[in-house]
Amino acid sequence: MVVNKTASELQSLLHSRELSVKELTEATLQTIEEKDKTIQAFLTVTGPEALAAAEQLDNLPDEKRGSLFGMPIGIKDNIITKGIKTTCASKMLENFVPVYEGTATERVKDSGMVVVGKLNMDEFAMGSTTEHSAFQITRNPWDLDRVPGGSSGGSAAAVAAGEVLFSLGSDTGGSVRQPAAFCGVVGMKPTYGRVSRSGLVAFGSSLDQIGPITTTVEDNAMLLSAIAGADYRDASASEKPVPDFRNSLTGDIKGLKIAVPARYLGEGVDPEVREAVKKAIGVLESLGAHVDEVDLHYSRYAAPTYYVISSAEASSNLARFDGIRYGYHPADAKNLNEIYLRSRSEGFGEEVRKRVLYGTYALSAGHHEDLYERAQKVRTLIAQDFQNVFKEYDVIVGPTSATNAYKLGETIKDPLTLYANDLLTTPVNLAGIPAISVPCGFADGLPVGLQIIGNHFEEAMLYKVAHAYEQATEFHKQTPPAREGN
Amino acid sequence: MSNFTKEDIQYYANFARIDMPDAEAEKFATRLDTLLEFSDRLKELDTTDVEPMTHPLAIVNVLREDTPEDILDREEMLKSVEDHEDGLIKVPNILD
Repeated sequence: MVVNKTASELQSLLHSRELSVKELTEATLQTIEEKDKTIQAFLTVTGPEALAAAEQLDNLPDEKRGSLFGMPIGIKDNIITKGIKTTCASKMLENFVPVYEGTATERVKDSGMVVVGKLNMDEFAMGSTTEHSAFQITRNPWDLDRVPGGSSGGSAAAVAAGEVLFSLGSDTGGSVRQPAAFCGVVGMKPTYGRVSRSGLVAFGSSLDQIGPITTTVEDNAMLLSAIAGADYRDASASEKPVPDFRNSLTGDIKGLKIAVPARYLGEGVDPEVREAVKKAIGVLESLGAHVDEVDLHYSRYAAPTYYVISSAEASSNLARFDGIRYGYHPADAKNLNEIYLRSRSEGFGEEVRKRVLYGTYALSAGHHEDLYERAQKVRTLIAQDFQNVFKEYDVIVGPTSATNAYKLGETIKDPLTLYANDLLTTPVNLAGIPAISVPCGFADGLPVGLQIIGNHFEEAMLYKVAHAYEQATEFHKQTPPAREGN
Repeated sequence: MSNFTKEDIQYYANFARIDMPDAEAEKFATRLDTLLEFSDRLKELDTTDVEPMTHPLAIVNVLREDTPEDILDREEMLKSVEDHEDGLIKVPNILD
């Protein structure tokens, strides 16, 4: 079955014309139809559009076929796709069809990839289980009674289940890395500004980044190379040149200086997760890296800082959903104010309303200074903390998540447990630095993610370390039960 | 410990144009209390001389010539609008 092959195996079949893009697309659509009955990762499958694109690609001559040519990809449903419904897994945008293409998806298509559908998520990317989707519950391919993580849960589950080899997610506080860890795949949150946010429905504008999710580090590096770089439609997209990140996959990490924050392996981290990560650090040492323990003092303040800043930005960003120009429109509203009130109250789910409310409070006169501005100041301290470490070290290593995947419905009633987990992922977004999660073993039979954090625009370094680790271990070759049977 | 009253919630919900019946307001009061208690941890820190961070990267504004590009199609955009006339969006009366 073609869908169980690796991207490079598929490439050689496509280049030798033993396989056409149309055949690959058809096989992918069939796999999605079969597997998604249980996984429920896709909100929209774009069969006809994908097949039409595939037929066009099959006519391209060799010299126009790049390294991602013909590869099927799924897109998180908060990244807009021209002419294809983009819902943010919200009733607010249930029938919203964008009139332009997002930059990341435009570049995905320009590189010859075939978009096969849109992936489930927590509504407006607010959550870490994908249970906050207004439409469906996505299941973890390793254990169907567990969540895939979130908010890019559909993106991670689809890749882990072998429905697609590539997907795009978005990461505001860990939303690419944590689901990648829970589903045993590779997820990269690039430096703020590395990938254009044009076309990414805004949640926290100073935190959001689009990131690739794949089964291998090499595939991930290729996809980031394709989507990264300056964009006149996003002033915050960096002008920095984008390297071919594959060139950094040398396997050589001799002399690399690794910092391990004591807090990252401290209280609240599941013992089996801690054990897996410690073993991974041992592997890196055996490859010639030098490891020291460091203190990231301010990381314990990251989660509350994150909730203030992300909610404040969300309350402002989500003001655009007013039921007038697009989105949910209440029937029989008597006046304009009633349209606003009812569209926002009936269109937004409870978690979204809570965060908009908290953000509105944090930005209001009388609380702005004490809450929002204080959080911005603590954000400075958190960012400086990282800069101090990067003066002496190349990367910081720890777990991506404190636990393995939660049971469905398990933690949703205890938000503080979810928030405690944010200690590991949110500081990275607050500082605007990149981080990658790679599979590093199992806890109670479920995947554990190793998080590697780097300084601004050091994605090449992260890919180098992640690749060296991946090649030295067998974890990336292990696949979930839901992937088998083809 | 309770910080938010039902009335507080309704006051802030009005700014965000979110409808907030009494029963809902009580539920949100509890949930926001939890978040606010969580943020109390930030008060442990002395931030007197710390500059607030407004953006993760030190980047400067980029200007370009004001030439129209990427003009979206009006007809396409109006497809997502509930009610429109002559290329303009229609809304009900502002006042009853």
